[in-house]
Order: sequence, then C-alpha cells, then structure tokens
Amino acid sequence: MGKPKVAIYDFTGCEGCELQIVNCEEELLDIIANIELVYWREAATISPDGKTPVDCDIALVEGGITTPHDIERIRKIRLKSKILVACGSCASFGGINALKNDLPLDEMKHLVYGDMAQHFETIPAAPMRNYVKVDYELPGCPMVKAEFLKFFKWLLLGKDKWELPRYSVCIECKRKENLCVYDKGMLCLGPVTRAGCGANCPSFGAPCEGCRGLVPEPNVNAALDVLTEHGLSLEDAINNLKMFCNAEKPVATLHTWTKK
Amino acid sequence: MVEVYIPYLTRIEGHGNIVVKEKEGKIECRWEIPEAPRFYEAMLRGKPWDKVAHITSRICGICSAGHTLASIKATEDAFGIKPSEQTWLLRILLNYGEYIQSHSLHAFFLALPDFVGAPSVIHLIPSHKEAVLAAVRLKKLGNDIADLIGGRAVHPCSAFVGGFGRIPTENELLALKAKLQKGQQDIHIMVDVFASLRKSLPNFERKTEFISLYWKNEYPWIDGDIVSSESGVIPYREYLKFVHEWVKPYSSAKRAKNVFSSYAVGPLARVNNNFKQLLDSAKETAEKLSLKTPSYNPFHSNLARIVELVHCIDDAIAKIDKLLAKGLKEEKLNVTPRAGRGVGAVEVPRGILFHDYTYNETGHISNANLVIPTNQNHENIEDDIRAWVPTLIKQKLSDEQIGFNLSMLVRSYDPCVSCSTHLIKVNFKRE
Ligand code: SF4
Ligand code: SF4
Repeated sequence: MGKPKVAIYDFTGCEGCELQIVNCEEELLDIIANIELVYWREAATISPDGKTPVDCDIALVEGGITTPHDIERIRKIRLKSKILVACGSCASFGGINALKNDLPLDEMKHLVYGDMAQHFETIPAAPMRNYVKVDYELPGCPMVKAEFLKFFKWLLLGKDKWELPRYSVCIECKRKENLCVYDKGMLCLGPVTRAGCGANCPSFGAPCEGCRGLVPEPNVNAALDVLTEHGLSLEDAINNLKMFCNAEKPVATLHTWTKK
Repeated sequence: MVEVYIPYLTRIEGHGNIVVKEKEGKIECRWEIPEAPRFYEAMLRGKPWDKVAHITSRICGICSAGHTLASIKATEDAFGIKPSEQTWLLRILLNYGEYIQSHSLHAFFLALPDFVGAPSVIHLIPSHKEAVLAAVRLKKLGNDIADLIGGRAVHPCSAFVGGFGRIPTENELLALKAKLQKGQQDIHIMVDVFASLRKSLPNFERKTEFISLYWKNEYPWIDGDIVSSESGVIPYREYLKFVHEWVKPYSSAKRAKNVFSSYAVGPLARVNNNFKQLLDSAKETAEKLSLKTPSYNPFHSNLARIVELVHCIDDAIAKIDKLLAKGLKEEKLNVTPRAGRGVGAVEVPRGILFHDYTYNETGHISNANLVIPTNQNHENIEDDIRAWVPTLIKQKLSDEQIGFNLSMLVRSYDPCVSCSTHLIKVNFKRE
C-alpha cells in the first residue's frame, strides 16, 4: 500500500485544532514523511486547481457547521474521503459555536451587522455527525495533542479498537494527585466531562470548563445540584454547562430562564 | 478577454478572495471575506465575568493568548482591579510566547516559501534544512512558554482576572531561560536568512495611517494608550475616536477607517510608531535588515516581525530574571464584580485588539464590542491592491504573476481571518 492520502479541511472554528497539528513540532516531520498530504489550505499551496474536496484516505476536519454552505461542503468531502475524523469540539459535538443557538439568529445578525444583516447566512451551530457519518471524533478545545498523535499512529499502524476514555476528568485529576479545584473554592465541571486531557486545567489551578464534552450518560441534574450547592445561581450553573456543550442533548434542552 | 482564476490563496489563516477586474483600462479591486459570521459579541450577552476570557479566546486559536489578555484587562478595567507586578511580568511572558509562536509560524512557515519561490515549508527542507530546523525550534519555544505560563499552548487556561491559577516554579523558569538562550542563536540564523532575501521583497509603497498602542515605559504589548501616525495619542478607553467600523456587503468581516479611507495595524505599525522603545538588539536587527522607519512598504511587515522576534526573545529573558530576582509567590485572587464599562487594548501579533465590555451589578455582560486587528486591516489591504495593480499591469506581468504578487501582498498582513475569514481566491479578469 502506498502512503495514505491525508486532507485537512476547516469549517467554522478558530483554527486552534489545526494549530495543534502544527504544534506537534517534533513529530510533524515524521508524520509528513509517512503520509501524502493532498490538501491543507493553511499550510501549503498544493492542490493546484484548488477545488475542494479531493480524493483522500483520511480527512481531518476542524470546525463546525454554521451555514447552509457548510452542509453541502461536508457532504461532498464525505463522498471523497474513506475515513472522516472530526478534530476538536466544534466538529465533534458543537463546542463553543453552539453558544449562539440560544439566541434568535435574526436578531443576532442585526446586533452584529446592522442594516447589512441580510447579506449573511447562518443556521444553528451543529457538529459534523448531525449531517454525515463521522468515523472518529477527537474532542477538546483545542483537541489534545497527545491524543491526536496516539490516534494518528493507531490509524496508520494499529490493530485493536480505538476508543476515547469513557470516564470523567476527575479520575485523571485524582491520578495526578492534584488538589481538587472545589477545595480551592472554585467550581469545576470535571465530574461530568470526558477525560483524555490529563486534567489539563485543574493541573494549572483552573477549573475544568468541560471543553471535551460530556461523559457518556452524564448526570446533568446532579452536576447542576453540585454547582448550585456551591453557591452558583442556577442560571450561571447552566451557563457553565452550556459553554462547550450547548449542542449536546442533555444541555441544549436546559434553559437559563426556566427557574429563577 | 483574459481570465485568470487562482482559487484558494493558501497559507493564510482564514478565508478571503481577491477579485480584480480590468476592463478597457478601468480596474476594479475587491478583497472579499465570505467567512461564516460567528457572533461572539451577541454570544457574550448575559455571560458571567469568570467565563468571558475563555469564551473570547476561542475567536482565534493563534491569537488565543492575546484575546485572553485583552478580555482579562477589559474586565479588570471595569471592576477597578490592578494586578500585581508578578502577574504583569507573567502576562508579558505569556504574550511573548504567543508572539514567538505566531511570528515564527508566519515568517518562516507561511511567508518564507514565497520569497524562495517554494509551494510550502516542506519543500524548503532539502535546500534550507538548517533554517527550517531553527524555525521549528523557535516555534516550539513559543509554545513552551505558553504551555508553562498559560497552562496550554492554544487557549491558555491559567490566566485569570486578577492573576494566575498556577505560578511557575523557579526551576521551571530557569529551564525556560535556557531554552530562550538557545532561541537567541536560532533567531540569528533566521535574521541572516531574511537579510539575504531582503532584496526579493517587492518595491511597493503607499502612504497610509498606522495605529498601534503607545506606552511611555516600554515597547507596548498590553499597556498604554492609542497612537495614530497621523493624529497623535488618545486614551485607550476612547479608541472609538480612531476606530470607525463599517460593513461591506461582500464581506462578513467588519472594516475600519480613521483619517484616510483605511489604516493599518500590525507589526509594521508597531515598529513604525514605537521604534525608539525597541531594545538595542532589535534596533540593530532592523539595521541588518535595512528596515528604515517609517516604512510605507507593506512587505516590510515581514522584516518587522523578525525585529519583534529578537525583542521578544531578549526581553523574555530579562523578564524571567526580574521574576527570579523578586522571588515567586502564590497570590490570592480577589475579584469583586461591579457594574460598569471596561476596555482592554492589547497588541496581538496581527495588530491592536480591543475588547470593550459593559457589566451589570452581578458581573454579567450586558454589552460587548470586539474590534479585531484583521478587520481593521481589510480596507487597507483593499487600498493596497487598488494602488498596486496598475503598476503590475504596466510591468506587463502575466495574470499568474499578478495573482502571485497579490496573494503575497495579502499574506504579508498575516490575515488571521477565522475571526473574520478562510480561503483567498484570486479572481482576476481582463476584458
Ligand atoms: S474545538 Fe476549540 S480549538 Fe478547535 S476549532 Fe473549535 S474553538 Fe478552535
Ligand atoms: S480540564 Fe476540562 S476544560 Fe480543561 S482541557 Fe480538560 S476537559 Fe478541557
């Protein structure tokens, strides 16, 4: 088999996940030696006719769906790609983009663009899986470098099944023997957030904000109880959960105005 | 009719199209930004103060530390919080991490291939191996700083309103200092590479207005007021006196103007406006690169980035020494929200950035205005294109060469357009 053809595409996002790929400085040259990069707008003037998408074995997709044009484009990319990988939280489960979903979109366009609002199209932010089959998801805002490298190596060589951790950030935090963020008087989403980042934020004295999305079968009500017991208003507790997870079902249905 | 179509101008952050049409000697130029609008200002409404910096950092992965710092400063301005000197020094270091990462990425990975005529940095490995390796190390150096100080290279997690979640240890700072000293050698490899390529920069000049921060104490990164090369200094809270934003139908990104039809922000604006405040080593670098200020050649932004890199690396060492001399200590974060407005004006790699928040009494945002550097540059880019195209046509360049030159021009602004744009298409038509 020849080198696998890899294409990297970006949708609506901050390009932080693509930057994480570039940030694999030490490993990047090795990776590049083992693949054929067929499309990466941000890093190279390749794909001479410039028409996306191109035929590839592996498509790495960053960012989420936020316009009708995005839907069309990801469907075309899917047809051309053997394996489609959602990179980062925007692509995997909606991420920060979905914060806008609670607001009336027309009103928002006017707020930002005034009279020119009619020139810009927008739809509720959604992850790739809402529109196409996604083979793998690498959550994280940004996606975690170590996890990406491990996954990519597995993809090129691996045999066993690939699986994301199904437990919470708390488990990793305990393993690292961090002082629990709650004991420092801060509020943390570690208990309901999917592990895999090595409890990055609590290790730096910061609360987990849930950037990797919810654990499978999260107990959202219990999380809200814990946050409100620690003094947060229900509104802010919901605000906290919505920061990254507003396109995930158990959170999308919460409304900050339900109870006051 | 001749038609050239160079879609997807690559190696910029974001999507944008250049459209140039020539018909019977009349030339029409447009710099279009069809990126999906992202609505951060609207999304911020009702959000609590302690989440705002981490929401706005997601505007741009590359400038995430800059957005975090601008956001924190706006909130502190609103709440009347003055951070400690230790916090200030750590913030400057975090800022240097971002500059070293971002400027290296742009100068060596995105711009250098243009000057050498290679499609990407990957293609430079055989001919410029030493330089590519130095560039990779420099970029990593930037990330190492951000990892240590901010807790993560992209979207720092430990920089808060009031201070830091974790203070680095003395040993960690000493290790970082050693890496920076290695960086001092690497940057000089790059200075030499750029000095040798200096003559391949196009000779194009257009007088424009330069807007940046100005600070009496030092080269301005996260402090100071606002200076315009045409109309003097104003207090940072009054930035709207210089920044007049408006919207064009073919561009979801906003644009801005002041004295002329457009103005420029970014490395060249900073170096032009604040040359005196640069460290001597950075001034010497400018001389080596024959960068004379004020320069009205947008391609000189590439030189200004190298000058700033030298300053960042050298001054990062000075800041670490200062932290070590003072001794590191844990600090308690005390934040009491109050109602009011605050502005954070910060220089990020691509230019001056403003976060302007109004909070209610419970510390929730009631109104937000964000002015992003690339948006301030859009109209200036369009004016450059308009001014340069007639010359390029007169030089009897092929459509392809014109397209190449224009994409290089746009790239010299390092337009990080995810906050506003993604692909640049060059759509060039002669009739
Ligand atoms: S997941 Fe986060 S880092 Fe990745 S593109 Fe989205 S906002 Fe950026
Ligand atoms: S600790 Fe939480 S917020 Fe931080 S990286 Fe991990 S999942 Fe994301």
